[in-house]
Amino acid sequence: MSEYTEKFDATGLNCPLPILRSKKVLTKMNSGDVLYVISTDSGSVKDFDAFCKQTGNELLESSEAEGKYHYYIKKA
Amino acid sequence: MSDEKKLAIIATKGTLDWAYPPFILASTAAAIGYETQIFFTFYGLQLLKKDLNLKVSPLGNPGMPMPMGMDKWFPTLGTALPGMESMMSSMMKSKMKSKGVASVAELRELCQEADVKLIACQMTVDLFDMDTSDFIDDIDYAGATTFFEFAGESDVNLFI
Repeated sequence: MSEYTEKFDATGLNCPLPILRSKKVLTKMNSGDVLYVISTDSGSVKDFDAFCKQTGNELLESSEAEGKYHYYIKKA
Repeated sequence: MSDEKKLAIIATKGTLDWAYPPFILASTAAAIGYETQIFFTFYGLQLLKKDLNLKVSPLGNPGMPMPMGMDKWFPTLGTALPGMESMMSSMMKSKMKSKGVASVAELRELCQEADVKLIACQMTVDLFDMDTSDFIDDIDYAGATTFFEFAGESDVNLFI
């Protein structure tokens, strides 16, 4: 996956900052836009899943590579 | 009335460690769409000071992880030594910083940005002769009845 509207690098940030800062970026985006988030917080895997379930945004992809977690979120 | 979910928190503790749960939960709840209020009472009012000088004490807290395995050999009474509290507090703060954990002030700002309503217990302010100019702006001063007005229709109520 590589198509995205905005990218947010949450490397080094710990719970709950990756979610809170991503939410801030999402607020400024338009419906249908895709936010790409990179995180190093292993707890963020379940958290981004839960975040999207509860906010109605769509988690297009959630993956891990070389100790980093990648998320693609489509704004509702 | 909106169909937004609601979270009501009572924050009663004024130490560095216990400052985190209310602000983490409130800011996160706000991010996922909860309308959120925190009612600060007794020592919890320390969390509303402009100048946050929060400390954590190893004294009487056997659950606190200590550096260098000190919890295994360091006598409990030793944690009462002058300077221990400040030392442990600054060690905790630098550890948090190095692990990318937000500061209490940062989380509190995120709460305010997300319209989390912060309410200071007026009775406590009066009881301890606290100066309201020491507190951050944009907070309300009220009592238990005001808390129940919101808590009564909340989906989640927490006492921290």
